[in-house]
Amino acid sequence: MLNYTFRRVLVAIPTLLILIVITFLLMHSAPGGPFTSERPLPPQVLANIEAKYGLNDPLYVQLWEYLKGIVLHFDFGPSFVKKSQSVNDIIAQGFPITLTYGGLSFIFATLIGGTLGVVAAIRQNTFIDYFAVGISIGAQVLPNFVMAPLLVWLFTLTLGWLPGGGWNGGAWPNLIMPVIALATSYMASISRITRSSMLEVLNSNYIRTARAKGLPERTVILRHALKPSLVPLISYLGVAFVGMITGSVIIDVYFSTGGLGQAFVNSALSRDYSVMMGVTILLGSLTIFFALLADLLYAWVDPKIRY
Amino acid sequence: MNTETVIKGRSLWSDARRRFFQNKAAVAGVIALTCIVLISFIGPYFAVWSFEEIDWDTMGSAATLGKPSFASGHFFGTDDLGRDLYSRVLQGTRVSLKVGIIGAGIAVIVGTVYGTVAGYVGGSTDQIMMRIVDVLMSIPFMFVLILLLVIFGRSETMIFIGIGMFAWLDMSRIVRGQTLTLKNKEFVEAARATGVSTPTIIRRHIVPNLLGIVAIYATLLVPAMILTESFISFLGLGVQEPKTSWGALISEGAGTIRYDTEWQLLFPLAFFVITLFSFFFIGDGLRDALDPKDR
Repeated sequence: MLNYTFRRVLVAIPTLLILIVITFLLMHSAPGGPFTSERPLPPQVLANIEAKYGLNDPLYVQLWEYLKGIVLHFDFGPSFVKKSQSVNDIIAQGFPITLTYGGLSFIFATLIGGTLGVVAAIRQNTFIDYFAVGISIGAQVLPNFVMAPLLVWLFTLTLGWLPGGGWNGGAWPNLIMPVIALATSYMASISRITRSSMLEVLNSNYIRTARAKGLPERTVILRHALKPSLVPLISYLGVAFVGMITGSVIIDVYFSTGGLGQAFVNSALSRDYSVMMGVTILLGSLTIFFALLADLLYAWVDPKIRY
Repeated sequence: MNTETVIKGRSLWSDARRRFFQNKAAVAGVIALTCIVLISFIGPYFAVWSFEEIDWDTMGSAATLGKPSFASGHFFGTDDLGRDLYSRVLQGTRVSLKVGIIGAGIAVIVGTVYGTVAGYVGGSTDQIMMRIVDVLMSIPFMFVLILLLVIFGRSETMIFIGIGMFAWLDMSRIVRGQTLTLKNKEFVEAARATGVSTPTIIRRHIVPNLLGIVAIYATLLVPAMILTESFISFLGLGVQEPKTSWGALISEGAGTIRYDTEWQLLFPLAFFVITLFSFFFIGDGLRDALDPKDR
C-alpha cells in the first residue's frame, strides 16, 4: 500500500507541475502583452509597468518566480485587468460559492443516485427498477447546460416558485436549481453503476450462503451486500467530482451565482490572463488531488487493485 | 487456407449483425440518426430563408411574429435577431455532427495506434507511454481547451486540435488492454514463430481483432465529442457567428427563454437529445452484438 501510494503521488506531482507550465507557456504565447491596449501607453510608462511586474525578465525567471509564488505563498499574482484586485482576492470571492453548491450537488448525486441504484437492484424487474433505469438513461442526455434552462423554464417561468438566478448569500431557493442541474447526469451514472454492481453482488455465492443460513433479507443486504457493492463507485466519484468542477462554469454563467466559473469565463472574455491561469491551476490541482484521493481510497478498500 | 479465413471472418460479422438488428433500441437509434443526417443535408433545399439572413419584419418581436409557422416560411420560428431557426438548426446540426465524427475519428486513429504499440512492444516503452497517458488524463482538459480557444482564437481547427489532444487517451488505454490479451494468444505466437515482422503482426493480426471494441467505443465517443463541443459553444467560446452549433443554439434559446420564445430552445434541444440517444443506443447495441460475453 505504501509503495503504491508513493508511486501514485509520484505521478501526481509532475502532473501538477506540467499543468502549471502548460498554462504559463500558453499565456505567454498569447499575442500582445497584458498592457497592450487600444490607446498605446507612452513607451517609458510601459517599460516601468513591465519592470514592476517583472515582464522583462527572461521567460524561465518569470516561470520560476510564478511557481515560487504559488508553492511558497499560495500567491497567484495581480489581476492585469481589474487593477485593484489580486487573483487571490478573486479566488477568495468565488471559491466558497463554487464549493457550496458543488459540494451539495456531490452529496445529492451520491446519496440519491446510490439509493436509487441499490433499491433498483433489490427490487429488480419491478416498477421501481424500471423507473430508476429509465431516469438514468434519460439523464444521460441531460447535461448541466440542458438541465439549467429547462429547470428555469419550469420552476421560474411556468410555476414561479424559484428565483431564476443570483446567489443571495446562498439562500436555499437560490441553491435548488444549480444543485439539481449540476447533479442530474452524475446521479444517473451513479445509480447505474450502483445498480449493476449490487446485482452482481446479490448473485454471488456468499450472499447465497448468507441467505441459506437463514439470515433475514435486511441483514443480508445491509451487512453483507451493501459494502462490497459500493466499491466500484469509489473510482467513479473522482470522475464525478471533476465533472462537477468543470460543470460549475456553466452553472455560474447561467445562474449568475458568482462562483469561480464566472471569474474564469469573465477573465477569458476580457483576456485577463493571470486570473485565467490562477483559476485553471487551482481547479486543476483540485482535480488532480481528487483523482489521487479516489485512486488511493480504491486501492485501500480493494487490495487486489494495483496497476 | 485463405478463402477459409475469409468465410470465417464473414460469419462472425454477420452473426454480430443479426444480433444487432434484433436489438430494437439500437435499430431505432440507427433510423433516428439516419433521419437527422438526411434532414440536415436535404432540409436546406426546402428552406425559404438562409441561416444568416435576417427577416427584418420579425426582428425585435420574435415572441409574436417569429412563431413557428408555414405561412412565414419560418418552420421552426425565428431566433432573437430574426434569423430563420429552421436553417440555423440544420446548419448547427451539420457542424455538431462534423465535430463529433471528426473528433472521434482523430481519437480513434491516434488512440488505436498508440495503444497497440504500447501494448505490443511492452516493457519500459509501455511503462513510459502509459505514464504519459496517466499524466495527460489528470489534466482538467476543459480548462486547457478554453485557454487554447481564447489564446489562439476561436476556430473550428482549434476546436478539433483541442478536443483531439485529449480525446484519444481513454481509447489508448482500452486498446492497450485488449492488445495485451491478444498478444499472448496462440495465433500471434504462431505468426511470430514463422518469422512475421512486428509491424505486420500488428497490422494483420492485432488491429483486425481490435475492430470490435474500437467500433463500440467510437460510437460512444461521438456523443462525448458533441457534448464537449456543445459545452464550449454554450459558453460562447465555440464556432463563430454566423455559423452555429447545437451548443450555441441551446445557449441562445436558454438566454431568451424569459421572453416566451420557448421554441428557440426546444427545436435545437430536440435534435441534440435525439442524436445523443441514438448514439448511446447504437453503442449499447454494438456492445451486445460484438461482445456477447460481456453481458
